Amino acid sequence: MDKNTATEKNTTIIKNATCTFCGCVCDDMELTVDLDEKCIIKSKNACVLGKAWFSEHSVDESRPVALIDGKEASLEDAIEEAAQILVNARFPIIYGLSDTTSEAQRQAVAMADYLSANIDSTSSVCHGPTGMGLQGVGEPTTTLGEVKNRADMVVYWGCNPTDCHPRLSTHFTVMPKGMYIPNGRKDRTVINVDIRSTSTTNIADLFVQLKPGSDYELLSALRSISRGRRLNPSIEEQTGVPMATIEDVAHRLMSCNYGILFFGMGLTMTRGRHYNTGALHLLAADLNEHTHFVVKPARGHGNVTGADTVMSWQTGYPFGVNFNRGYPRHEPGEFTTTDILVRGEADAACIIASDPIANFARPAIEHLKKIPVISFDPKPTPTSQIARVALTTACYGINVPGTVYRMDDIPIPLRPAFESPFPSDLDILKPLTERIRELKAH
Amino acid sequence: MSSTLRIVNGKVYDPANDIDGQVRDVCILDGKIVDSVPEDAPTIDAHGMVVMPGGVDIHCHIAGSKVNLARKFQPEDHRYDPHPGTEYTRSGSGGVVPSTFATGYRYATMGYTTAMEAAVPPLSARHVLEELEDTPIIDKGYYVLMGNNSMLHQLLEKGRMEEFREAVAWWVKATKAYTIKLVNPGADEMWKGKKNANITALDQKIHAFDLTPRKVIKALIDVANDLGLPHPAHIHCNNLGHSGNYETTLETMRTAEGRRVHITHIQFHSYGGEVGKNPVSAARAISDFVNDNPNISADVGQVMFGKSVSMTADAPLAWMLRHVKERKWINADTECESGCGIIPFEYQQHVYTHTLQWAIGLELFLMAKDPWRMVLSTDHPNGGSFLNYPRLIRLLMDRDFRNQEATRVNQKAIGKTSLPDLTREYSMQEIAIVTRAGPARLLGLKNKGHLGVGADADITIYDEMDNKEEMFNAARFVIKDGHLFIKNHEFCADHSGRIFHIAPEYDKSIENEIRSFFDDYYSVQFDNYPVSDTHVHNTEVIANIPVT
Ligand code: SF4
Ligand SMILES: [Zn+2]
Repeated sequence: MDKNTATEKNTTIIKNATCTFCGCVCDDMELTVDLDEKCIIKSKNACVLGKAWFSEHSVDESRPVALIDGKEASLEDAIEEAAQILVNARFPIIYGLSDTTSEAQRQAVAMADYLSANIDSTSSVCHGPTGMGLQGVGEPTTTLGEVKNRADMVVYWGCNPTDCHPRLSTHFTVMPKGMYIPNGRKDRTVINVDIRSTSTTNIADLFVQLKPGSDYELLSALRSISRGRRLNPSIEEQTGVPMATIEDVAHRLMSCNYGILFFGMGLTMTRGRHYNTGALHLLAADLNEHTHFVVKPARGHGNVTGADTVMSWQTGYPFGVNFNRGYPRHEPGEFTTTDILVRGEADAACIIASDPIANFARPAIEHLKKIPVISFDPKPTPTSQIARVALTTACYGINVPGTVYRMDDIPIPLRPAFESPFPSDLDILKPLTERIRELKAH
Repeated sequence: MSSTLRIVNGKVYDPANDIDGQVRDVCILDGKIVDSVPEDAPTIDAHGMVVMPGGVDIHCHIAGSKVNLARKFQPEDHRYDPHPGTEYTRSGSGGVVPSTFATGYRYATMGYTTAMEAAVPPLSARHVLEELEDTPIIDKGYYVLMGNNSMLHQLLEKGRMEEFREAVAWWVKATKAYTIKLVNPGADEMWKGKKNANITALDQKIHAFDLTPRKVIKALIDVANDLGLPHPAHIHCNNLGHSGNYETTLETMRTAEGRRVHITHIQFHSYGGEVGKNPVSAARAISDFVNDNPNISADVGQVMFGKSVSMTADAPLAWMLRHVKERKWINADTECESGCGIIPFEYQQHVYTHTLQWAIGLELFLMAKDPWRMVLSTDHPNGGSFLNYPRLIRLLMDRDFRNQEATRVNQKAIGKTSLPDLTREYSMQEIAIVTRAGPARLLGLKNKGHLGVGADADITIYDEMDNKEEMFNAARFVIKDGHLFIKNHEFCADHSGRIFHIAPEYDKSIENEIRSFFDDYYSVQFDNYPVSDTHVHNTEVIANIPVT
């Protein structure tokens, strides 16, 4: 890393740094860092979202490292208080994990194991149904570089990467030239399927607008055509898509050389959920009878994929895992965090790098407000405001090294820009776990 | 940490040192085997027990991106086989594809102390290393996939052999791998680029390259030998699972021209018959060739009846299996490097092909003249879980049991093999060879697989029993690096184990060329690709061997 760091006055440049704002995890950032002010003043190659991410994460050294009941506390006292809360709880839950390193995620699962706690990531409120689709029917998939090199057909279904993953199209999937795509954009067909037009529609060759909640039906219709079956004309009425368009799309998918379906929460969080993702995975699988076809969820948070990955290797299950019998169990709906909160089961919560108070449904928030909460976050958040123990952490990628898993499961290393006076999630989780083990042993 | 231990009164099986069941002491100091320890050293009384080096698995799939996909998509595999934690150990889940912690503890329970993950795309190196770090007790390493690498294909088609060698060395070092792995060489380009086609012959042209599988195979066998890798190129041949594929396997072995090569799960590559028709056994032809050619080594890849998961970098194979029974299927392409397919599977006794596969594996074991070069594996979990090893050992050691099992399977298939005529029974010493001493030697792990002075104190102590399946199911004591962590069948400590890798030297100027390839065709930055030395802990570099 040294050779990438050129010092001049009080600034330094970090090349090949990684943006962890969204699941693209772009690793070609060139950051200009003001070492005195502890902030990033320029982020070359970043998109608008990435630029905002980098510029927002300066360090406010005046903040306390920890608050207990809103009062300043030492890190040691905060860890002791957190350990006591968790050990004395009957149904402790650990939640969040999508904006931290895989090293911290591994430690969090260890802590859940020793604590016999429930552990879950933000997957359960975004691409949980994708995981369930995978468990049901499998998934043909790929890495982003293979899309760049080979995909002459890119479908965006129920997702808007132009606004949410701005560099997905420009850097990985649509614009770049690749090994067998010598002319870049010109060699690809882009199809956008959604209930309304978005910024992504502007970059598509074909926009298919369907009625809200009819994704499953349209996916099934495309599958039927790829299997050589005839469609019932009622499909037009059900989906709002003309028969000729459905047939045109199906034939384009079947005749490409290498196709990919990207999808987002327009599919996973609407009517049908894991039936939708299952149907989409099966459509791609069926298309392999005609050509080579793959799918890829456009994952949101920087390391939400890592949360699934780490939980799977340590427990066998990607999210919604409960250890209270001394071994991991998995049941979406039972061990997913919002469901646990809505039923009022949890009696303590450890929230790592996430802000459920800002985005959970009201009944879940109501319960969270009633129980002791421990929060880990670089910034004050609505969740840290209600926390019994609020810990200020260093930000992954900006201050903390480690590994992040890109949306296609590729592990990417982090090159921190400057040091933070605050501990990383891992720095806190390690002694916290140790203390929990000590207390449990007695 | 000075720690001593003396094991007394046990029957010792240490084939590398010609010790065949003699009762003698084994002494341990600071994690190594030594000549003697002070009189007052703690002792383990192994009366009525068998003492062996810890088991070494040369080929299994236990960590990394494809294994984890297989875990993630099979909750039904884990649900009925939870793995509770103990005071000392982490919990996990079992099944055919266990979680990392359960994998380490379950290998250890059987007396295995080293295992090698056999197929990882270089782009996922960090992933497999992180999982291996979370695989407790055992030492481990992994093989990196090089047989379908686009950049290497480009160098090779231009005949730039110098640069090819440097690039291979760079790749293996950058990814902290243990050796070079080839899987269905040349096929990925057909799979991804030609609408799911496959390679069927060694001299077929690889799509988009002026190259054949044979050239790729030859070049990688040569590089591994020229670099002096402790374990040679590890090859999953073309045409896996197809009738008549034994000829491809023979051709692949001939391509080595006398140089060292390892052919993996050779059972899956020993089928006669015509393509598209039922296979027959070609174990005799394969066995004769291996017996006659000391440069060749192999692991069997035994099929065991019951649940398995086909997980392979051989994507066209998984696609073929998907048509056998339309079940859930994963395909995972890795840019410029690999393919991958995963299918849950079950081997059934009444099915002709499954019985034939089972019998061919046993034939290969029983026909092997040199057990040091035909070692035990099930290609876990492809031929069945590693938890089947004790049963497999019983099949080899106990002819009556084997004959009795052979009456329960598809008789038409058995009739197409010579299994009923093979009366050989493996001795305890031969079992020690195929499960520890042999794999350790083939891997070039000088401190593993034996109990001579200086060896790692990885030791397993089994109760001696007539029923060899029961005996090998659970060791009474297991010692790793001199520490006792299984005592009277119970875990009494935890241990993290080491990660072995190699670090061949290369000419730095090759990096510029690889860098420009990355700029054009990869989705990650070249500078972010190599795994740094601080990324994982407890690693150990295994030195190259003198080049012959
Ligand atoms: S696309 Fe995502 S990862 Fe890339 S720079 Fe923008 S916000 Fe960051
Ligand atoms: Zn294998």
